[in-house]
This record gives sequence, C-alpha cells and structure tokens, in this order.
Amino acid sequence: MLRDDGPLVPLAGATDLYVALNFGTLTATRFLDLWPLEPLRRIEMRGEMLSLGALVTYTGLTRSRLVRQRLPMLVEAARLVGGIQIQNRGTIGGNIANGSPAGDTLPVFAAAEAIVVARSVGAERRIPFVDFYSGYRATVLRPDELIVAIEVPAVHGHQWFRKVGTRAAQAISKVVIAAVRADSPRVALGSVGPVVVRARRAEQALAAGQGIDAAVAALETDIQPIDDVRSTAEYRSVVAANLLRQFWMQATG
Amino acid sequence: MQFTLNGREVDVEAHPMRRLLDVLREDCTLTGTKEGCGEGECGACTVLVDGQAVVSCLVPFAQVEGRDVRTIEGVDAHALQRAFMDHVGAQCGICTPGMIMAAMALGPDPTRTQMQEALAGNLCRCTGYEAIFRAISAAKRASRKTPLGVEAAT
Repeated sequence: MLRDDGPLVPLAGATDLYVALNFGTLTATRFLDLWPLEPLRRIEMRGEMLSLGALVTYTGLTRSRLVRQRLPMLVEAARLVGGIQIQNRGTIGGNIANGSPAGDTLPVFAAAEAIVVARSVGAERRIPFVDFYSGYRATVLRPDELIVAIEVPAVHGHQWFRKVGTRAAQAISKVVIAAVRADSPRVALGSVGPVVVRARRAEQALAAGQGIDAAVAALETDIQPIDDVRSTAEYRSVVAANLLRQFWMQATG
Repeated sequence: MQFTLNGREVDVEAHPMRRLLDVLREDCTLTGTKEGCGEGECGACTVLVDGQAVVSCLVPFAQVEGRDVRTIEGVDAHALQRAFMDHVGAQCGICTPGMIMAAMALGPDPTRTQMQEALAGNLCRCTGYEAIFRAISAAKRASRKTPLGVEAAT
C-alpha cells in the first residue's frame, strides 16, 4: 500500500484537510484514515514523560486531569482553537503535521521541549519538536512515517500562554506565544516566521538578568514576521514585544 | 455503510470521502442540516456524532461508520426548539438547526459562559445572540428534572 501509486495522505479529524478539499485545492487522491485507531487516543505517563497520542483531540486535552496538572498552557491553547465543533475533531498530531506557522499548540510544544514520536512499519524514532520543521509547512517526517505520539517532559516554572487574533473565538492567530518563567526562561512564538520559533536571544537576555527591555530588543532578532491576509509585520512585531512584556509581568518565578 | 441516524440503524451507500453534510442532505434527504461556509467556521451544519457536536462539512462519511449521528430532524419538537420559537431565538433561520444541535451538547442549567463557549463556533448575523441565550436558558431550566435525550459524551 505504501509503495504503489503515489503518496497516501494521513487523515485524522479532517479539520484542515477538508477545508482544502471543500475549496478544491487538495490535490491528493489517496488517504489513510487514522480516526478509528483508539490506541492513538491515550494520554498517559511513560516514566517522567507525559505521552499524548497523536489522535488526542483538543477536547481530549481540555478534559484530561494529567494534562491540566502538568501542562496547563496546552489546555489554554486547546480551548482557543476554533469552536467546540473543531475542538471535538481536531487532533494534536494533525496540528503538528499540518505545520501551519499559526498552529495554536506548536509554541507550547516548542516551549515544553517536546519530542515527536514517529513510527514506520519497521522502526520508531524520537524527533525533538524544535527540529521537526525544515521550512514553511515542511517537516523532517519521511513518507513512510506517521506521528504516533508527542512526549512532553516535566516543565518546571510558571507556564503562560496567549493568543492574539481578530476575535476571542474562531480566529486564526496573528501572534501566539507560550512561555515558561524559570531560572532559564523559555519563550516560543507562532505566526512570526515560516515556522514556530524559540526566541533564544530573548531567553538568554532574560536568563542573564539583563532585564525586559534588553529581552524585547533581542526578540526583534529572533522573529521574522511578514505582512499577510491576517496582519502586518509591523503589528506582529509590536504585539510580540508587548506579549513578552506581559509574560514577564504576569508570570512570577 | 451502517450507522445509527436519529436513533435508527441505517445502511447508506456513499463514497467514503463524501462530506457527512452532503450524505445527510442528498442521500438521506435530511435537509434540516444547513451548509453555511463549508470550511468549519460558521457552525450551520452542526450535528452530533456520539453525542459530540461536530461540523458535518468537515467529516468524511467513512468516519461515522458504526457511530451514532443525530441531526435536527432527530430532536423534533424538543424543548429547545419550542424555546427558540417562544423567545424568538431564530430570525432568518439558517443558523438555527446548528445552534440547537450545539446547545444539545450542553449540560443542564448552563452558565452564560458555558453557553458562550458552547456556541462560540456558531455564527448568527441576525439575533445578536441574546434571544438565543434566553431560549437555551429557558429550555435547559425546564428540562432539569427530565434531562434532555442527548448529553455530551465523556
């Protein structure tokens, strides 16, 4: 099945794929329906790692006591994806595989230093989430691999998440941020570059105690926002800076 | 392909990649479910699958095999429908079936915040939502003692 006529496109909750299908922009003709695979809906601890099956929906995240306890910033992100109807169908594996720079959960996985578990018929490999994207909507996933789970190590410190869109619900982000206040602060942003970014220079400024003004200046060099249908580069730069300041004021160490 | 439609076992032949919305409207001739945007933004085509609200324009037909599908036709004369009439929760009516189906998944006696969250994915350009919230509050209060037939899956 993998080797004959053309690529198979994995299909889960279809909340991205069917939008393209309805618009007539989907070129694929062969699909692999993952939706019935119940084992990929598990949320469990694997040693010190929180393991989230690729088919866990946003609703599944919101309802999980484990996720609420260990990764509240992921619950915040899940609650702001679309409306309830999308939250009931959209999956984290799909959000990651779709690879939109505006994906709401992606800054959370970047800030949490998550691992993508990819499996093929013969092998399984673990890819650090920050290395998963090779460019705009491009991943290092091989054609014969599926995302089966996301593993998240314990996150120490105050978790913080904000999404700025046109309205509170049903909006695609103009800027989205997940951050952790700890001795080594972590800051990840979406919609400010071709892929989700860890703001390493801003993080270093904060960790070195250089203060928030220095961190905001450093953030300018971490991100590459553009003008597009949803916003402008200038607006995104200003909002990203404001969000970093808000994080630093609100999240206490 | 077999599934449960409004409480009855049915067997419908359709391409597995067709939209549930089209199969319901064209093959099952249940035209109460409306198409609005066709991209999961407006909620007009909301139905319940295993008790969960979904937008049927983004559901491949193959994925409802063996599942329980409920449409607006399956909640005929429900307290929610009467309340939408009594409180004028419908004006042009195109969003109404989706609004009622999304509201079905709410538990008894919802708070305003719970109603707003449950209907965040349902757009109405006529009512300003206030009459819709009044209708849902009234229906859910009335049904507290005799719970609605369909509740959110856990």
